[in-house]
Amino acid sequence: MTTLYTDDHEWLRIEGDTATIGITDYAQSQLGDVVFIELPKVGRQLKKGEAAAVVESVKAASDVYAPIGGEVIEVNDAVVADPAQINSDSMSAWFFKLKIADQGELAGLMDEAAYQAHIA
Amino acid sequence: MTVCTPIASSLKQTPLHALHAAHGAKFMPFAGYDMPINYGPGVLKEHLHTRAAAGLFDVSHMGQIVLRPKSGNLADAARALEALMPQDILSLEPSRQRYALFTNDQGGIRDDLMVANGGDHLFLIVNAACKDADEAHLRAHLSGTCIIEPLTDRGLIALQGPRAAEILAALCPEAASLRFMDAVPLSIMGIACVVSRSGYTGEDGFEISVPAREVAALATTLLANPDVWLIGLGARDSLRLEAGLCLYGNDIDATTTPIEAGLGWSIQKVRRDGGARAGGFPGADVILPQLANGAVRRRVGLRPEGRAPVREGAKLFADEQASAPIGLVTSGGFGPSVGAPVAMGYLPPAHAATGSLVFAEVRNQRLPVRVSATPFVPHSYKR
Repeated sequence: MTTLYTDDHEWLRIEGDTATIGITDYAQSQLGDVVFIELPKVGRQLKKGEAAAVVESVKAASDVYAPIGGEVIEVNDAVVADPAQINSDSMSAWFFKLKIADQGELAGLMDEAAYQAHIA
Repeated sequence: MTVCTPIASSLKQTPLHALHAAHGAKFMPFAGYDMPINYGPGVLKEHLHTRAAAGLFDVSHMGQIVLRPKSGNLADAARALEALMPQDILSLEPSRQRYALFTNDQGGIRDDLMVANGGDHLFLIVNAACKDADEAHLRAHLSGTCIIEPLTDRGLIALQGPRAAEILAALCPEAASLRFMDAVPLSIMGIACVVSRSGYTGEDGFEISVPAREVAALATTLLANPDVWLIGLGARDSLRLEAGLCLYGNDIDATTTPIEAGLGWSIQKVRRDGGARAGGFPGADVILPQLANGAVRRRVGLRPEGRAPVREGAKLFADEQASAPIGLVTSGGFGPSVGAPVAMGYLPPAHAATGSLVFAEVRNQRLPVRVSATPFVPHSYKR
């Protein structure tokens, strides 16, 4: 299992051809208290860079973009019911899982060390 | 996702900027100032703390203007100011403050403000984004009757919440005896302040005008009480929204009339048709007929039925299919004390009754929204 990061502050956990996607601790700290989250429908085909989910804090709404392309195969209903999980443990509060369409798209993502350097 | 990093160059700072930074403020530009949006606890906890205990707000960016009658007779300044607003200033008693509106010739609102009777002068508190235009407006119309003194060397702080009165009374016992909308000069820790029992949260509390060089000392003393937290502009906005209070530039502006905005209550009888000083303010020919006959749209409270916040700019529709919008959301977000999304916006009278169902367009979906009475959280003023 590998964890990769985007410069838009999403994390991806890669297991075979499945990517589990969430937002980073840095992202949640910038957003503040999350009060609402909207996730894509299971079965939706996402293209890389497409708006896939919405995270709303008290003050603002932010889009979450698909870091890679693929089909949405599962969404985390528990985080919809309790969006505060994103603030308390952003690395566990996953948003959705994608069936990876093109493993080649993973090449442009950062590993942990590169991401930490990115936000430093 | 996109995380914005505001650029702070060329922004003005309030006298409390260093104190905000030392308390871990996250800053953002607001009305030309580098202002704290929130501190470590974040908007949600800051909001709830203000309603549970006490919050300290830096509102030093707002404009403070003194009007002194050249004649020495305060009534002359009051009459002159009445030519710019539909409020009764002449009968505003000494040490009392009143909500007021500068109107324009079309009946729109140039700014909303507080006017206090300081005995030998009038004391105005105006919005930061409007303060230069307000000063120019006053100079253009009142220079003949008044000396116009913008107080650029004073800070302004607000202490709000159910514990505000006992906390301020510990430093200044006289503060406890003030009623809502009293405004008086008081010495706090030997500092010459002007204290009003008012605010922008719906809670009991005070707004305190303080000499700029002493505002940090007063703020630091107040913050020594663990019940007092610094509160940023983020929670200031969610608190005032739950309290049903208008934000200039969002809910009211030069194109909204006081009647459309539901602020007809701020126009005293003496300035209405049939009153002794009826009319005689900009836009009276628009505003007074609307007061009698109603307006084509009205500001209303809105409660989205789902969990998704409906924010400013969202269009309102009569039903899920309608192609033409009937109204607009002007403020909206999550109400931490309500525990659900809340909003305000404009609707035609036919859809503006409490309980009416309309639909807000959010990300290409039509979300059901119920017209609701405001405030969303009851006011706790000490009248």
